[in-house]
Amino acid sequence: MRITCPCCGTRDRREFTYYGSDDYLNRPEADAPPQAWDDYLHNRDNPAGQTRDLWYHDPCGTWIKVTRDTVTHAIHACEPVAAEGR
Amino acid sequence: MRYSGFRVLSQGLLGNRGWRPAWRKPAPKPAYDVLIIGGGGHGLSTAYYLAKNHGITNVAVLEKGGLGLGNVGRNTTIVRANYFLPGNSEFYSHSLKLWENLERELNYNVMHSQRGLINLFHSDGQRDAFARRGNAMLAQGDDAVLLDRDGVRKLLPYLDFEQTRFPIYGGLYHPRGGTARHDAVAWGYARAADQRGVDLIENCEVTGIDIEQGRMIGVQTTRGPIRAKQVAIVVAGRSSQVAAMAGMRLPIESHILQAFVTEGLKPCIDHVVSFGMGHFYISQSDKGGLVFGGDLDFYASYAARGNLPMVEHVMEAGMTLMPMIGRARVLRSWGGIMDMSPDGSPIIDKAPVDGLFINCGWNYGGFKAVPASGWCLAHLMATGAPHQVARRFRLDRFATGHLLDEEGTGSQHNLH
Ligand SMILES: Cc1cc2nc3c(=O)[nH]c(=O)nc-3n(C[C@H](O)[C@H](O)[C@H](O)COP(=O)(O)OP(=O)(O)OC[C@H]3O[C@@H](n4cnc5c(N)ncnc54)[C@H](O)[C@@H]3O)c2cc1C
Ligand SMILES: [Zn+2]
Repeated sequence: MRITCPCCGTRDRREFTYYGSDDYLNRPEADAPPQAWDDYLHNRDNPAGQTRDLWYHDPCGTWIKVTRDTVTHAIHACEPVAAEGR
Repeated sequence: MRYSGFRVLSQGLLGNRGWRPAWRKPAPKPAYDVLIIGGGGHGLSTAYYLAKNHGITNVAVLEKGGLGLGNVGRNTTIVRANYFLPGNSEFYSHSLKLWENLERELNYNVMHSQRGLINLFHSDGQRDAFARRGNAMLAQGDDAVLLDRDGVRKLLPYLDFEQTRFPIYGGLYHPRGGTARHDAVAWGYARAADQRGVDLIENCEVTGIDIEQGRMIGVQTTRGPIRAKQVAIVVAGRSSQVAAMAGMRLPIESHILQAFVTEGLKPCIDHVVSFGMGHFYISQSDKGGLVFGGDLDFYASYAARGNLPMVEHVMEAGMTLMPMIGRARVLRSWGGIMDMSPDGSPIIDKAPVDGLFINCGWNYGGFKAVPASGWCLAHLMATGAPHQVARRFRLDRFATGHLLDEEGTGSQHNLH
């Protein structure tokens, strides 16, 4: 499995750390109900097929949103998280 | 047909012509009292204990493939009761007691072998943590012995005691821990459930769950619709998909765990040894193969195979711990899909839909749980109340903050 870092190009999977689903980008407001926090922290769609999740490129420190297939391990797209202004 | 030593002998003399299939292959009936979705270890043991403990026999197990071809036949077969947290501790203790009588119970040789399990530690801090865990195990009524370095050396002389990266300070020895033959556990429960009237329906994938006015009324399958009063989802790595058929979004992420086996060797590793610092554990099967594994591949996956970086990591860790295995040739490696929960502990509970139950979140430790998980889910379905030893395995514990984080790593699915 090779992932394309927007800064460094296509690199071996070993250079990256997996964080979890891109649900982590949708942090609830501080006063959101507990249900929203439970969903954010714990509950997942967990699709068999196309998914979007967050990876960190250890050497350069870029957070990447990776679109990939959980069944075939194919990588479809890699975008920097920062581009969304987060 | 009862199995016995005498029968093996007499059948041998008669050319083995008298053996019968171990279970029937019934067609699904239009309706049952109880349906179990998933014919893995947990689904089969649930069906068995529904019949045995509660007299509920109008039950079918629906399995999309063949019985026992999921994780129950892919794991590295370690059976132990060395948990620390109240909630986990009494559950796994109960499970180990069931294991200890399982062969008589099922009239099936599951090759349960209590060869002893040793968890190594490599620092003063880790020793303290293991001493505390050992005390918790003793307080639970199970067995634990804290070994110093020489104690480990006596049991495991072949470890590399000179390595400097993770020097071996000692180990926590759990003499009643060990292994069992994984497929035999599935087959044994299947046969015993079948004998009590449970229908085991293979090649029957559940494709929908029918709900009317908040109540579950049955399921849709590739072999037609089936009505039922109660349905339990017991599908391990596929939990999120099946639960979604009932509109649920679970606290589960599916991850891949790999395992490896070498060619058969003469007996050389007499225990189960785990090397947590290096992410490696090993035992030797009765056929002689060294069976070993390590950590998750760490990313969400439904491919029942892993990637090479973890293969390399596991081999390195093995060579660090016991260089003597370096000449053994690896025969096979494979992966299984693990239903990882955010705290590393399982869920056995009612679902928000009436009549629907869920059993999932077994992470990579669900094989040893097979007897108690079925026992407790059957209890919940038959009596409406959680079993005493499984009462903390609630679905809502994440929302209420009653997590069971055995490893203390925080609520991220891949960290347990
Ligand atoms: C490599 C590896 C090593 C492991 N090592 C250990 C260990 O040493 N000790 C330990 O305690 N645990 C271990 N485990 C974990 C253990 O194997 C699992 O936690 C446990 O087997 C899961 O429960 P199960 O047996 O019911 O799952 P499975 O056997 O996976 O059963 C689930 C069944 O549900 C079926 N199913 C799925 N979707 C549907 C559907 N829509 N309709 C009908 N049927 C469906 C599947 O086909 C499958 O047969 C390991 C796992 C792996 C992969
Ligand atoms: Zn980079």
